[in-house]
Amino acid sequence: MKFTRSMVLVSTDPESMRRGAAGVYTRFQQELAAFGLSAEVSLSQFTDGGREDALPLVIVYPEASAYGPITTEDVKRIVEEHLYKGRVVEELLAPVKELSGRIGWLKARKGSMPMEKRVVLRRAGRIDPENIEDYIAEDGYHALAKALEGTRMEVIEELEESGLQGRGGAGFPTGRKWRFVSMTKNPKKYVVCNADESEPGTFKDRVVLEGDPHSILEAMTIAAFAVGADEGYIYVRGEYQLAQRRLEKAILQAHEYGLLGKDILGSGLNFDIHVHSGAGAYVCGEETALLESIEGKRGEPRARPPYPTTHGLWGKPTLVNNVETLANVAPILLNGSEWYRGLGTPSSPGTKTYTILGNVNFRGLIEVPMGITLREVINIYGQGLQPGSTFKLAQTGGSSGSIIPASLQDTPMDFESFRKAGVSLGSGALLICDERTCVVDLAMTLMKFFRFESCGKCTPCRVGTDRALTILTKISRGQAQLSDLDTLELLATELEIASNCGLGQTASVPIRDTLKYFRAEVEAHIRLGVCPSGVCDMAAEVETV
Amino acid sequence: MLKITEEKDLKAIVEAAVEHHGAQADAFIPILLEINHEYGYIPGDALRLARKLMHDLPGNFPEGAASKEMVHVSEGQLYGLASFYHMLHTEKTGRHVVQFCESAPCHIQGGRELWKGIQQSLNLKPGETDPDRRFTLKTVSCLGVCGVGPVMLVDDDLYGNLTAEQLADIFARYE
Repeated sequence: MKFTRSMVLVSTDPESMRRGAAGVYTRFQQELAAFGLSAEVSLSQFTDGGREDALPLVIVYPEASAYGPITTEDVKRIVEEHLYKGRVVEELLAPVKELSGRIGWLKARKGSMPMEKRVVLRRAGRIDPENIEDYIAEDGYHALAKALEGTRMEVIEELEESGLQGRGGAGFPTGRKWRFVSMTKNPKKYVVCNADESEPGTFKDRVVLEGDPHSILEAMTIAAFAVGADEGYIYVRGEYQLAQRRLEKAILQAHEYGLLGKDILGSGLNFDIHVHSGAGAYVCGEETALLESIEGKRGEPRARPPYPTTHGLWGKPTLVNNVETLANVAPILLNGSEWYRGLGTPSSPGTKTYTILGNVNFRGLIEVPMGITLREVINIYGQGLQPGSTFKLAQTGGSSGSIIPASLQDTPMDFESFRKAGVSLGSGALLICDERTCVVDLAMTLMKFFRFESCGKCTPCRVGTDRALTILTKISRGQAQLSDLDTLELLATELEIASNCGLGQTASVPIRDTLKYFRAEVEAHIRLGVCPSGVCDMAAEVETV
Repeated sequence: MLKITEEKDLKAIVEAAVEHHGAQADAFIPILLEINHEYGYIPGDALRLARKLMHDLPGNFPEGAASKEMVHVSEGQLYGLASFYHMLHTEKTGRHVVQFCESAPCHIQGGRELWKGIQQSLNLKPGETDPDRRFTLKTVSCLGVCGVGPVMLVDDDLYGNLTAEQLADIFARYE
């Protein structure tokens, strides 16, 4: 891919076209050429802006300035002022508006580049994770001290007002969960940190656990205070040996400093934390399976309700939170919910960590405010696609994510907008795939994962994933019939409505998304016996997978 | 994992594991993990011995443990755990275990081609062990190091940004 300094997008959906978008586009071509900018500024079209009031819409990156409605007369000014002189044309910016349809409009967005903002990862890599004093020097355990000076309800209310949502994938309001557990009357309660991060492509939690283990201990202690628990578990996946060692060391140090154990900071709070290793089972990331696993059983999800908030570990009320969720707690209590609401979008405040993977020039972990779009992630943080390739789709990782086609890359990534667009944010893994990726092959890989990781407790998931994989394999070998696609759809429905837990339910997602966005490509495998991407080996025998 | 297992004393390993972790329910999986790590896999004898030792140790259950049966952990229950979790092996493996990440990110980042190369290079299919018990080949779900995918794990050594050309050199390091 050619590196360009700026990128101009012109909306060309039918409504924009009716209002003269074609003229705007042509005028941009002319003006860019006139200012000699054609080589360094790319010009492209996009649709589905979701801003009927501001069409035709023009978005200029990397500043993410959204201009609209734009007429041909405005084009010269944008090119001259913004692209030539580098000044955002304030008067032409589209009015700031709340989420409407596909694109979220933020105050922060108005002419400013979506910068990386580190809250969860603020200490990772900057402090010695094995030294508690490094942590304390960087505001560590201040939030705990502050919380202990107030009341339990103050902590919970602050968290509720912050709008923090669970970062494990489901996006449940964290404050509400804390309130549920705090309301239970049982004298014994648990706080459990879900660190069984196994969504393919996700390693945000590992970076926090390895780089800033005390932040999790502190948040869990605050949680223990708020909900009235006295014992905690951190369930770390078995593969994360380094994270386990660092957590154990951190717990010892916290004990030495009186920040764990009996009468923490003289407040009368007693709390202790155990590190519990997983043993290699993806399904244990599901919270009830995780609890079963701590109890020394096979990690098979329980029927719900009752939920862990009332009947959790050993039948006691249990608060289960993801690592990234917990890492947000101390900053919120220190800086206040208002500060937190200033980040991200109104419906999904705060930041989100993303792992950028796949066919991009830069792969790695970023933390940005909620509401950044996929196009921004790819072009700004991923530094564009690898030379010579074009963006085809993104897969948002593991079971809780979706396949996002290129047409949805301007949807802001927050829980609410994604829900409206019918896709899922998942755990924040962004697997960027170019045109060399075959969607059938990808769906097959995902289904293989689900079949391998299905715990086998419930039939729809155990049998459904196996049958779906068989059919997908047949398609990839050019040996399927069109009626097989109907069977796939049926399987997807059955998986979704009849499976016991999230694993089976979301195993339907790759099937649905593939058929929804890439049906033509799938049918080419069947009708023509060709793989348009040249990936699938049509000559191969169908092996018993 | 999997230092030569034969000469290790299974009894000593199991005893140490039970002593480290105790007999309460939340110790079952840690005990099995330790046995697996030290011995390479979990033979039936280890399950029987672990069960016996745990019964002899008075369990200190987290208060209000679900039921008393938990104290009387059965061999079946332990086998159930050993067969459920992917990191626990119930079958003897080769001296070295090669685990290849099969998940989508590695697959997209070159893993598709590499996986064929690994199978050819070792002349093994997933789940197989070669006749002289040098290598066992397995697939594994995401290891959380996707930034350097495709990745392969040989015993405890992780290899990232891997290409098919490197395979012969890497495998030669393991006897």
